[in-house]
Amino acid sequence: MIESKIVPAARKRRRKDETVFRLVTYPLLIIFALMCIVPFLLVIGASFDSEQSIARNGYHLIPRDPTLASYAQIFSNGSSIARAYGITTFITVVGTAASTFINMMTGYVLMRKDFKWRNGFSFYFFFTTLFSGGLMPWYMVCTKLGLSDSIWALIVPSLVSVWNIILVKGFMASIPYEITESAKIDGAGDFRIFIRLIWPLSTPVIATIGLFTALGFWNSWYNTMLFINDPNMYSLQYLLYKLINDAQAMRQIAAESGEIINTVPIEAMKMALTVVVTGPILLLYPFVQRYFIKGLTIGSVKG
Amino acid sequence: MVKSAGRVRRKKKSFFKYVWEYRTLLLMLLPAVALVFVFSYLPMFGTVLAFKKYSMKLGIFKSPWIDPIFKNFRFFFKSGKALTVTRNTALYNLVFIFTNNILEVLFAITLNEMRHRASKKLLQSAIFLPYFISWVIVGSIAYSLLSYETGTFNSIREALGAGRTDYYAKPGIWPYIITFFNAWKGVGYGTVVYLAAITGIDNTIMEAAEIDGANIFQRIRYVTIPSLTPTIITLTLLALGRMFRGNLDLFYQLVGRDGRLFEVTDVIDTYVFRLMFDSKDTGRTVAIGLYQSVLCFITIIIANAIVKKKDPNYSLF
Repeated sequence: MIESKIVPAARKRRRKDETVFRLVTYPLLIIFALMCIVPFLLVIGASFDSEQSIARNGYHLIPRDPTLASYAQIFSNGSSIARAYGITTFITVVGTAASTFINMMTGYVLMRKDFKWRNGFSFYFFFTTLFSGGLMPWYMVCTKLGLSDSIWALIVPSLVSVWNIILVKGFMASIPYEITESAKIDGAGDFRIFIRLIWPLSTPVIATIGLFTALGFWNSWYNTMLFINDPNMYSLQYLLYKLINDAQAMRQIAAESGEIINTVPIEAMKMALTVVVTGPILLLYPFVQRYFIKGLTIGSVKG
Repeated sequence: MVKSAGRVRRKKKSFFKYVWEYRTLLLMLLPAVALVFVFSYLPMFGTVLAFKKYSMKLGIFKSPWIDPIFKNFRFFFKSGKALTVTRNTALYNLVFIFTNNILEVLFAITLNEMRHRASKKLLQSAIFLPYFISWVIVGSIAYSLLSYETGTFNSIREALGAGRTDYYAKPGIWPYIITFFNAWKGVGYGTVVYLAAITGIDNTIMEAAEIDGANIFQRIRYVTIPSLTPTIITLTLLALGRMFRGNLDLFYQLVGRDGRLFEVTDVIDTYVFRLMFDSKDTGRTVAIGLYQSVLCFITIIIANAIVKKKDPNYSLF
């Protein structure tokens, strides 16, 4: 707004080259942007459509035959989806809280100038981003710890994120060290300094790593696939994966045998499930987007 | 001088004195140190299994060494799989880096030139959105577009009288499909990063160029692109350092276990993943994981050395 008032007069005259530039780049960007949102609109539209209508007309933004049948189907089939919702909510809340706290605390300690061993410890963390033991040994460690069929398998292995620690460390460098120093002189303990003084000053970085972590937990399917056999403990994404692929399998079988399964609203139900699973993200997206952008900016400035 | 005196005095302290002095800080580090030890360092020791005949009864350390010590690796290379999956992993990543960077820089410049604040925000939000969606759903969307029975593309083809085609039986088109979805999900993120870098460019340079009569293409060519170059180079080199790490989410959710497509879609990560589930041969699975880790380690060291030489500020270590 303010910007437009102070631009030089030159800019006000829409120059020819700028028009050419716009004619070339805007359509590209707009097409790409449409490709990014249209699938979601189609999914939402189809989730309110009847199975027959989808089979006949394909997906549409506005359902041809509006119905809530697929949502009813989901929630009648309800308990497994509700339970998965509960599991995912639990791992997201607990995992995000624990992970953010641990990574913040670690980042702070690694920034403390009076901590002589901070470089050694930094390297200890950093080295794991350079070299890893691979999937199999990691899997064996997890199962040895008794994580199979335990909800902690979905939380504990992903608690520490070295990238987040690096991000926090970078942010902590911008908090004046004198705060820690003077508090120490006043006799405050290290943990107290962290909680009482540093934590309240770190809201931007807490929001950023917290949201990235929450997104990671909410969208995770991999650990469930590896460790959870009990269908009662499936996370939401993995349940969705299972249902989609089972429906696919059903479709394939139907196609092979020449039959078409029309009794179950497979397509519409898949769409409704997708909406239910993605819903919280889509609802929160407009409000939290700026924290993600801020996080990326912190990361890119610090390198 | 005061500093050096301090250092001398400190050196006299014993290790345990330090542990006592740092006790709170060490306790604060403990959770992360312990978790990283268990989930990152223990598996590193586990790679020794690549050279052993693992038996559950004997455990890792008592299991005997396998006879030709590289037997597990030899199997991988002899089967021809090593070449296929390594080539696929590297080529896909190179194509991803190339495609995404071009789109990201282009979109960042375009967004930056937009004067209409609301459309700028709307478009940025739109292209950033897929980043937030789980790969499970990306796979599901891809399937809805491509499936033989109900896929949108097949419906369109039929409506046009072109007849249905089974995309999942056509390996040739999958490199494009995979590159597309990778860009679809990742370009928004990269655009935001580049947009931030562009915003950081000193505005006076841009205005000076404008007053000097540079048109928009000249301004982009001689001001924006050169200012972005360090960021582009750094991000590219870091991505090159991960050249041998495939994105399991992407490949597994798009292709799954559809064997018809493996020749062109199998990357090291998906291969290891399937091997772990399907074969019970621990040694081989560990061996391939180790092979990948070593490749990754070497490339990231090289990439970092190059970054460091170009601009030490951007190097990782």
